[in-house]
Amino acid sequence: MNRILHGRLTGLAVLGAIIAVLPVFLTNNFHLDVAILAGFNAVVCVGLNLLIGYAGQISLGHAGFFGIGAYASGVLVGVYGWPPVAALLAGAAFVGVLAFVVAKPILRLKGHYLAMATLGIGIIVSIVLRTESGLTGGPDGMMVEPFKIFGVELYGEKAWYWVVGVLLFGVVWLSLNLIDSPMGRALRAVHGSEVAAEVVGVDTARFKVMVFVLSAVFASVAGSLFAHYAGLITPAKADFFKSIELVTMVVFGGMASTFGAVVGAVVLTLLPQALTVFQDYQQIVLGAILMATMVFMPKGLLPTLAGLLPSRRRA
Amino acid sequence: MNMLTSHEPSSDAAPTARRPGPPLLRVEHLSREFGGVLAIGDLSFTVAAGDIHSIIGPNGAGKTTLFNLVTGVYKPSGGRVLFDGADVSGQAPYRLAARGMSRTFQNLQIFFNMTALENVMVGRHLHLDTRLLPALFRFPSLVRRDSEARDRAAQLMTEVGLSRYIGADADSMPYGALKRLEIARALASQPKLLLLDEPAAGLNATESREIDEVIKTVAASGVTVILVEHDMKMVMGISDHITALNHGRKLAEGTPAEVAANPDVIAAYLGAAP
Amino acid sequence: MLAELLQYLLSGLTIGAIYALAGLGFSIIYNASHVINFAQGEFIMIGGMASATLTASGVPLPLAILIGCGGAMLVGVAVAKFAVERARKASTVTLIIITIGASIFLRGVAELVWGKDFKRLDAFSGETPIQLFGASLQPQSLWVMGCAGVLIVAIGLFFNKTLTGKAMLATSHNRLAAQLVGIDVKRVVLASFALSAALGAVGGAVVAPITFSYTEMGIMLGLKGFTAAVLGGLGHGPGAVAGGLIVGVAEALGAGYLSSAYKDAVAFVIILAVLLFMPNGLFGKRGTERV
Repeated sequence: MNRILHGRLTGLAVLGAIIAVLPVFLTNNFHLDVAILAGFNAVVCVGLNLLIGYAGQISLGHAGFFGIGAYASGVLVGVYGWPPVAALLAGAAFVGVLAFVVAKPILRLKGHYLAMATLGIGIIVSIVLRTESGLTGGPDGMMVEPFKIFGVELYGEKAWYWVVGVLLFGVVWLSLNLIDSPMGRALRAVHGSEVAAEVVGVDTARFKVMVFVLSAVFASVAGSLFAHYAGLITPAKADFFKSIELVTMVVFGGMASTFGAVVGAVVLTLLPQALTVFQDYQQIVLGAILMATMVFMPKGLLPTLAGLLPSRRRA
Repeated sequence: MNMLTSHEPSSDAAPTARRPGPPLLRVEHLSREFGGVLAIGDLSFTVAAGDIHSIIGPNGAGKTTLFNLVTGVYKPSGGRVLFDGADVSGQAPYRLAARGMSRTFQNLQIFFNMTALENVMVGRHLHLDTRLLPALFRFPSLVRRDSEARDRAAQLMTEVGLSRYIGADADSMPYGALKRLEIARALASQPKLLLLDEPAAGLNATESREIDEVIKTVAASGVTVILVEHDMKMVMGISDHITALNHGRKLAEGTPAEVAANPDVIAAYLGAAP
Repeated sequence: MLAELLQYLLSGLTIGAIYALAGLGFSIIYNASHVINFAQGEFIMIGGMASATLTASGVPLPLAILIGCGGAMLVGVAVAKFAVERARKASTVTLIIITIGASIFLRGVAELVWGKDFKRLDAFSGETPIQLFGASLQPQSLWVMGCAGVLIVAIGLFFNKTLTGKAMLATSHNRLAAQLVGIDVKRVVLASFALSAALGAVGGAVVAPITFSYTEMGIMLGLKGFTAAVLGGLGHGPGAVAGGLIVGVAEALGAGYLSSAYKDAVAFVIILAVLLFMPNGLFGKRGTERV
């Protein structure tokens, strides 16, 4: 019984230590900026991993929820003058309701049909954002006001780093808690065998909907904060490629591994930065790396590395 | 205390003296077709509380389909299923589980993405706090009940003879152990009615006898058992009552001796036209 | 009024024919390997880019199309051999990411070879519109619909009349049984990728004079093709064709009567609506799960 508990606490401690120490090595704002972007992606991926990795339900449209969160903040704060926190909560509530409404019929679908449906939702969201230019600024995007809370403006990479760091730590903590709970086991059981879960009393439809909503809300919150941080948002943040990027991070890091999702998000956020040295070959290299890792490490980075170690914990 | 006999206070009223117990499950004129082919046709029988009731029949007789109909995995095309006095026809499996029904599967349905112990703990689902917020924030009450469930699951595993797999991942266990793991998981939900679909299939003689013992212990604790099994030695040895099926219809029923002597049953098993 | 409707129908059927070809490509590969090949759109792009650039440098059009087609088939086989085949046991999501990786890779290569700008390909038989009950039809539309029609019929004959086609069908129904009767399942997978690539490439070549060619042309065409395949029921060839035509026509009608800005959303709204009521598409098999 101590195995999971053990892995949970050491993992959290390591994550906390890394977040705390990292700024020492991030000597300029560009580095901090990349770290912050990685953090935002990681927050979304930890949530998405609950859905894909643990509950076994694919979503190719999660960037849509990220985008709705981002634009809710941009529009409500910028156009209607809402306080940022209220806008963030409203965005999250809206995404929660939207995800709840679509989840029930959609999650009856399996495999590729579910992939198609979620992909469709994501694309529809991004088309709406691109088209309703009166509110959203259209394809060029819109400027977003800085984040203010109690009259204090969140300013500069340093401050944002800590906000995102704490957010990520919190989200990882919540995710680890959830996985090691009756509901978390029910979710994993849905992945393992839906019918077996049903016959011991798990209302599989209900849990699938709950985890879908939860992961969508995580994405929305991250989107809201990202919008304030970046100051400029475009519909590209909600489109098919962003969705694919998120799923890739989860699978790359290792499905059904919370820390894997974090690692995947960090590595794949850094990778394009590192690949800029390849200039024209950037896409080729990125595509090749994606294919190669998935072909040679179908379980993802972290589980594969963990498997190389003598049998120890699976975070 | 023996886990197999431990029940919530409410369901503890199992009769110690056998037969004839009150009916726990009643199947009335049940039928189910798949694309025009009748898998189960106008089938009626009753399972008395506390019995070990076996369903036998040649391959394709409709035994597994019957299980799927009773446990809500399939919806009946006609007829009714009454469980514990209520009409439960067509109810979802998870609702039937809450009413006290649990089962195992002929083709293993193990959660291979979890540890063996966690598999059994999922069986405790109905007795645990499965809400989102307590889980996210790790409420102390949830953690406490969860660790009780963990101990209980470990004890159940010991009782079905899986003590050495308590720390194992499900995907590392051999076939025979997985069969028992399914039984432990089903028992963890504390069912009134346990349906076992070929628990001895693929096991060797020794393993079969051990499963045999497990089933007897379960039944002795007051759990009603419906058993589908091809191992006739096991069926004849432990059943209180047998219903024989062929081509989705009832061929015969009665005590093991009666059914074994029934010429229709013998004909069906030898492949002659009934 | 009627002329307007006819106009929309014609343009819908034209683009629908391309979706149908792409959807058929998705279905063929899905049948052989249970993989959704997100690089399907890139086959279309290769066909379009190759024919546009080759004709521009003096290669006769039929030869250019043939070269584009052959190139796409080679690429398809390579994707099957070096990526998909090696990851056979991987999960659905992993396979999806592999083919998406392939599509990013191919777009990268295409950008390197052909550059990022739009390439023009002249219409095959001039641009004098044909008047038809008040609607005007580009001759190229006829080429698109004609080629798609011929290919679709040919594919149908291939699967139902030839031994290779029957072997491929058998594999899709029961892989193990196919293997047992001596069908080389690996070659079936390779053949399915080659076939789908050829379908896509021809589609890309004939549609290029209408849409122009550019390295990102395959993205939306591929996704719409996927929609067509799912709409018809994954793995159901005629369903994919019907799905493609439905999506194309609905899109044209939506753009004409509702809002051209939301043209691209139409396909996805339709697919969501259909999946709500028919979780296996219009013609997909309704399976009962065996437990």
